[in-house]
Amino acid sequence: MKNFNYKNLGKNALFVNLAAVFVLFIVLFALVATGILSRYLTSILILILVMIIMSTSLNIATGFLGQLHLGHAAFMGIGAYTASLLGILLRDAIASDILLFIISTIGAMVLAGIAGLLIGWPALRLKGDYLGIMTLGFGEIVKTIITNMKGLTNGAQGLYGIPKIMNFPTAFWTTVFVVTLIFLFMNSRHGRAILSIREDEIASESVGINISRYKLLGFVIASMFAAVGGSIFAFNIGFIAPQSFNFLRSVEIFVIVVLGGMGSLTGSIVASIVLVSLPELLREFSSYRYLLYSSLLVTMMLFRPQGLMGTKEFNLQKLLPKRFTEDDDLYDSKGSDS
Amino acid sequence: MDLFIEQLINGLNTGSIYALIAVGYTMVYGIIRLINFAHGEIMMFGAYFAFIFAFMMPFELPFLVVIVITMIFAALMGMLIERVAYKRLRTAPRISALITAIGMSLFLQNLALLIFGATPWVMKPLISTEPIVIGNFSIARLTVLTIGLSIFFMVLLTLFVRKTKPGKAMRAVSQDKEAAVLMGINVNRIISLTFALGSALGALAGVFYAMQYTNVESTLGVLPGLKAFVAAVFGGIGNITGAMIGGYLIGIIETFVKAYISSKWVDAIVFGLLILTLLFKPSGLLGKNEKEKV
Amino acid sequence: MKKLVLLTSTFLFVFALSACGGSDAVKFGVIGPLTGEYSQYGLAVENGAKLAAAEINADGGVLGKDLEIVAYDSKGDPAEGVQAYNRLVDQDEIDALIGGTFSGVTLAVKELAVQDGLPVLTPTATNPDVTLNADNVFRACYTDSYQGSVAAVFAAENLESEKAAILFNRDDAYSEGLAKAFGAEYDARSLEYDEFEFGKDDDDYSALLSNIKAGGYDVVFLPAYIAEVGKVLTQAKSLGLDVPFVGGDGWDGIEESYADVAEGFYFANHYAKTDTSTVVQDFVANYEEEYDSAPNALAALAYDAVYAMAEAMEAAGSTDYADVVAALQSLNYQDAVTGSISFDSNGDPIKSVTIIKLVNGVHVVETKVNAS
Repeated sequence: MKNFNYKNLGKNALFVNLAAVFVLFIVLFALVATGILSRYLTSILILILVMIIMSTSLNIATGFLGQLHLGHAAFMGIGAYTASLLGILLRDAIASDILLFIISTIGAMVLAGIAGLLIGWPALRLKGDYLGIMTLGFGEIVKTIITNMKGLTNGAQGLYGIPKIMNFPTAFWTTVFVVTLIFLFMNSRHGRAILSIREDEIASESVGINISRYKLLGFVIASMFAAVGGSIFAFNIGFIAPQSFNFLRSVEIFVIVVLGGMGSLTGSIVASIVLVSLPELLREFSSYRYLLYSSLLVTMMLFRPQGLMGTKEFNLQKLLPKRFTEDDDLYDSKGSDS
Repeated sequence: MDLFIEQLINGLNTGSIYALIAVGYTMVYGIIRLINFAHGEIMMFGAYFAFIFAFMMPFELPFLVVIVITMIFAALMGMLIERVAYKRLRTAPRISALITAIGMSLFLQNLALLIFGATPWVMKPLISTEPIVIGNFSIARLTVLTIGLSIFFMVLLTLFVRKTKPGKAMRAVSQDKEAAVLMGINVNRIISLTFALGSALGALAGVFYAMQYTNVESTLGVLPGLKAFVAAVFGGIGNITGAMIGGYLIGIIETFVKAYISSKWVDAIVFGLLILTLLFKPSGLLGKNEKEKV
Repeated sequence: MKKLVLLTSTFLFVFALSACGGSDAVKFGVIGPLTGEYSQYGLAVENGAKLAAAEINADGGVLGKDLEIVAYDSKGDPAEGVQAYNRLVDQDEIDALIGGTFSGVTLAVKELAVQDGLPVLTPTATNPDVTLNADNVFRACYTDSYQGSVAAVFAAENLESEKAAILFNRDDAYSEGLAKAFGAEYDARSLEYDEFEFGKDDDDYSALLSNIKAGGYDVVFLPAYIAEVGKVLTQAKSLGLDVPFVGGDGWDGIEESYADVAEGFYFANHYAKTDTSTVVQDFVANYEEEYDSAPNALAALAYDAVYAMAEAMEAAGSTDYADVVAALQSLNYQDAVTGSISFDSNGDPIKSVTIIKLVNGVHVVETKVNAS
């Protein structure tokens, strides 16, 4: 990524974070491979990863950009359907599961990116409530179009026969890849431009930042990553239906972002883990799930609107002795413990 | 020709319900600039209240009494929600208020799920099901009631807003809150009144909806709420007459799309209308163009 | 930080714990809409299955062990059904599946079942694709192609219909399957018909019904579930649409809430409560004693399905998937409540269709069509 100053990131930060990720992978992989985590629970784990992708990508549009985006699930849907159809089409031509996944996902990202462009361009002319409603409206329209393309998608009856090529390592590393990309993007010059738009649109425009271009950029990137989430989702369950990508799903993702803190990637990750696993573990009480979500949301907005982590990121390096963190001035003004 | 008129009546029927709900949205937006996502849920609770008062009381209540009591309860509920959730956020950024409204909507849906159960309550007819026959036409009694009562209450509301003192106070607060305070208007009370009136009408819509479509369930208000909201925007958000016209128009458009094209395009067309409105004339049919202050 | 580590390890621990399970019973899974607007169907299936299990256990169980029914809620939604299936197979380690209840759900689950080789006997899914190219998937009921054409034959011959309106739910595999089958039979007889489709989110059918009213049809075929049928019939009545309606087996139970608007109409079913045979009367009596209400056809089918599966398992002598599937293929279960169950090469049984008429809110057998 040009204009990104690697020196500022600090080799130590990179090393520490990479190491932590590897350790986490080994632990989880062991649980999965030995069967301690059954197929059903592994599926939940993969769902958590999907939500992490969905919430961190929405964070670009909502948290960092400050725009109210209530149609994110539609892009997940576009991604899911595109990837599924490509997967079904190319299954016989491509033997390798990983390759099939990569190619299908790239196709999904392209289509979602185009959709993001088409939708974002008119939508982002508006602000605040109106933008939110626009995105809501677009989300419903996308869902209707997918449902009505019955010959291709089988409509509301759902698309089945999607090759079940998803497994834990693929999902895990794709998620790591996406989150890393988002993190790097937000720490680049482009990312800072986006942050400045949230803080004060008029001021940033007067400094020479092309706000329409950046709003659109953020929106399109968020949409493309949403497609990745949709792709993993589809290849995991083997069956998708339009109702999985409706307004309620957009709200679910939105709730995760708000509760984690709009503008905090770590917040989104933590909130994803908690809000997906809790209702599954407490399946007997699943009727209370949405009651819990919504009362949490209302309470949060009333008393702690900045969410769990506000705009801060979790910094692993605070755990290490001082001598490992000397030349990292990236976190000076931004990072701190929760 | 007969068929066309019959479809028009169908459209007015659906439109009446949308209009009643849309008025509630528009009044609240006009006065505190909030899109009350939870309004559809008031409609839903209205349906449940009507069922309870009509069928679950130890004594039998006449139909009109059921309606009035339902509207009163809904008004109280609306005022309570405003006091508990929205009052604190009057000075907060709009995004927070909107999120709270969405949260409130979800909360109420699931509260209803918890209290009333997931199996729909089937509404038995509350009035005679014999159609009214005029020459060639037969119209359902319920349709006449829906269209008639809706128009009646909306005219009542318009008169209230135009002619009475609290009505004028409502208009004053929506025009300029600070000036209204300076004039000695108790803004809190006016806002509560607005919510009460909007909720009462929304609940009435819920009653009609339940009577026509028999199934009362927790998600009853979601889709009609969204469509009525589109109607409010289309007619001019903040403008009561606009909301009414918007409601009837959306009802008619929806019916004609179902009759002559297919119901599978209804949602896309209605939301498409929303998007076109927002892009080209955000103030809607009857709204005034408000320049955004820098 | 310590809190985070503690939290994470607690999660993982609980995850791992919930993976434990297993007992010494034979388990049949059941998937159906247990809550929501379709709960009438799912609960019937669950009750029928559990009644059968209780009787079997009183008689010594299956392979000497207790038979346990594990039922999960699909809410009528294919995506939920898939979740339920995964849970049944992974967590509860079922030996066989009596489900799904709805065709849409069963179709979604079918692919997974084929991959797993699990013996599946759906009591009530009538869509023809359910058993297609799936050696381990069977059904206890007739298919929609059969049901739809019998309904069409009934409309054409008994009701002397020449121009029918087919009003169906395009978002549901069951409804659409029946609609197409009905239309195909009318085509074969050179009779006129028109299709009118609605979606699952539609509540207002007045536009469609006004069109139907103006079209001069002599019969309306409405193959849908009670939640939709009730709404349609209510609106039809208030619009003054005065034409006989014919429905599918999804109508069974409509007299509970919609007796007045469904009065005088017909629907295809799997059996009649009033059938005088001993098997039927015993079943009805036992069900009424256990559940305080009369059993509908779905309960009867679920009851039969459990007995059929149990018998196959006994014949196989084990719970091994492949063995049980083989035993099902050669099963000949005679004394079923809904007629004998033995499967053709597809996994479909040859059953008869009973046409029921609603008279004063009571089921009256109008005619019975035997399998050809």
